[in-house]
Amino acid sequence: MKKLLSPLLLAVIMLVICGLMYPLLMTGVAQVVFPYQANGSMIKEGDKPIASALIGQQYTAPYYLQGRVSAVHYNTYTNLADFAGVASGSFNYAPSNPALQERMTADIAKFLAQNPTVKRADIPAELMTASGSGLDPHITVASANIQVPRIVKASGLSTTEVQQIIEANTTNKEFGIFGQVTVNVVTANLAIKAAMAQNS
Amino acid sequence: MLQITLILLVYLPVVLITGRYLYAVAMQEKMVMDKVYQPIEHRIYRLANISQEAMTGKQYIIALLITNACMIAIGYFTLRIQQWLFLNPNQINNMEATLSFNTIISFMTNTNLQHYSGESGLTYLSQMLVIIFMMFTSAATGYAVCMAFCKRLIAKTDTIGNFYVDFVRVIIRVLLPLAFLVGLLLVWQGTPQTVQQNVTLTTIEGTSQDIALGPVASLESIKHLGTNGGGFFGANSSTPFENPTVISNMIEMLAMMLLPGACVVVFGLLVAKRFQHQRAWLGKQGTTIFAAMSVLFLAGLLIVYFAEQQGNPMIDELGIAQQGSMEGKETRFGIEQSALFTTVTTAFTTGTVNNMHDSLTPVGGLVPLFNMMLNVVFGGIGVGLMNMMMYVLLAIFIACLMIGRTPQFLGKKIEQKEMKFMALSILIHPVLILGFSAFAVMTSAGIAGVTNPGAHGLSQILYEYASSAANNGSGFEGLADNSTFWNVTTGLVMFFGRYLTMILQLAIASLLANKAINAESVGTLQTDTPTFTIFLVAIVVLIGALTFLPALALGPITEQLLMFG
Repeated sequence: MKKLLSPLLLAVIMLVICGLMYPLLMTGVAQVVFPYQANGSMIKEGDKPIASALIGQQYTAPYYLQGRVSAVHYNTYTNLADFAGVASGSFNYAPSNPALQERMTADIAKFLAQNPTVKRADIPAELMTASGSGLDPHITVASANIQVPRIVKASGLSTTEVQQIIEANTTNKEFGIFGQVTVNVVTANLAIKAAMAQNS
Repeated sequence: MLQITLILLVYLPVVLITGRYLYAVAMQEKMVMDKVYQPIEHRIYRLANISQEAMTGKQYIIALLITNACMIAIGYFTLRIQQWLFLNPNQINNMEATLSFNTIISFMTNTNLQHYSGESGLTYLSQMLVIIFMMFTSAATGYAVCMAFCKRLIAKTDTIGNFYVDFVRVIIRVLLPLAFLVGLLLVWQGTPQTVQQNVTLTTIEGTSQDIALGPVASLESIKHLGTNGGGFFGANSSTPFENPTVISNMIEMLAMMLLPGACVVVFGLLVAKRFQHQRAWLGKQGTTIFAAMSVLFLAGLLIVYFAEQQGNPMIDELGIAQQGSMEGKETRFGIEQSALFTTVTTAFTTGTVNNMHDSLTPVGGLVPLFNMMLNVVFGGIGVGLMNMMMYVLLAIFIACLMIGRTPQFLGKKIEQKEMKFMALSILIHPVLILGFSAFAVMTSAGIAGVTNPGAHGLSQILYEYASSAANNGSGFEGLADNSTFWNVTTGLVMFFGRYLTMILQLAIASLLANKAINAESVGTLQTDTPTFTIFLVAIVVLIGALTFLPALALGPITEQLLMFG
């Protein structure tokens, strides 16, 4: 009997320590020490959240920067009935899957129509490919710069203003070595919105 | 390449120090923190009615299996009734039976294959009581059996060590403190840690957006430290909340490399100290094995990196500017941090992903697949070292046949019975992967899961079973795997891949433990030389290649030839 009792008791004790005490203690400490990050790095307007600085959003207006392709539409929706529920992920197309070429061909055509001054050969593939999470808030500097003429035309801001906004929302490599140079689409668009509001 | 090199250079001193600490924990050396840890441990022993006497190999494995069985029962029950329990602010339903079976086996066996998505499939309570709990206990189980194995290799008796003590000590002294530290670092970088419900907000374009939250950081840290790999969210460590920055990416990689490497260090120290080399950091025998693993690791890393850097020819055809294959990857990580993560997660068999492996270039996807087929390139916590030791014994046996000596390792003769068990434990792995893949290809229920056309479809199936058998848990995630067929078959593969191998390996250690130690003579094969390292790598690659090359030729190699041919 003891052969069975000890393992069972041990399982229950570990359940309490690792499954309850540890995560709840961590929640308590995190909420006190890093309350902004622990609650999702929410950017607020007044006290209403309008975005998370870490999660991308789907933008359609021509005066906003567009992010990468998302298989889950960044969990944005206009009609709750059409929303499949909060998710994350990618299309999981094999590199050889013809569906990948089809999707990209359609997106490239759409992008060229929206950005008539852009040459096809200059479009960064990164902007036309889907991120792994479908929630990637970042694009490369090249992917941001290529959208500048469209944003300038639609927003009424000057080229320098738009470029300054992009620059202000660019993060360099950590210590100049690790990672990539990235532009945060979400915070850049909030800045564009603010600049447009100031101009009008 | 600079950033990759720097990360690996940081890893070396860190793993040596951790290994030394782990040795102290395993050998019950006195340490400064005893004052804090001992009262906690003794209270646990008392509450669970545990006596700390030494166990034989058989008693040890039985205690391990019963403890795991109890945890499986508790976890399964929790998933089936999660809807009615507390901490369910997002109104998640109960989990279906075959999916619950798959999930529980998956987490108890340290695999963390996920046929559900965390956002929609688990309540916060299940994430904590089932997932986080099992991430600690399955890692501790792997560590415990590995220590039992290593101690027996150098001991003169089979009655040594106590499962409950090993299990409790590693959780209290290693996993919990480290998980807490790493978790807080991740929160600092932006990983949420809350029990509040998901947020629905209105964007600047007036649309609604749902943002999934939860106690993410507490799961994320042990997920990597314990080489578990199951994500809080569906897209795992590619989601910004699980892995917000390049700093968090490097923390997660180092976390999952830490303990499998440290287990090798512990083994090295055990051997070194037996031969009275008290001041060793890794020991000669440990260095041979660590070096063999590192060679295999670096070779895989270079291949993935160059394959991904080269990009996808089908995207080049579209006439746009491609710099590396970025489909399924995150901008903040780019090619280098993604390639390194992919190699680390499959070599150390964690199974967490920061990019979608299904979208890797054919050769870029072949490497993670091959890493899991070998299952010895560091491997999961504890068990990876034991798998490598099987190849060490095999290499010794073959080498001794070639030079006409009696095979012996650390002074113990390797005889018929050990060789039989060893051959079995090496064979289980390919039999599970190839056998079940063949079965899936023959049945319509198996084929139904395949979502990519052509050769890549076979790769999806191979990857799923290789990942299950190696207790890795990553996937070619396109596979539509939440069906009765896939839930049950992968559940079985994970179960046998974990426990059958473990039982056989500990049995070998017990057999060796009971043998007398022979003095070394001039004729004894030296197993701690660079020559042996090279020989070991050759044996691993040869056996791996012979077994899996035909299957790989039909999958990723065909795809590569068709795309680049």
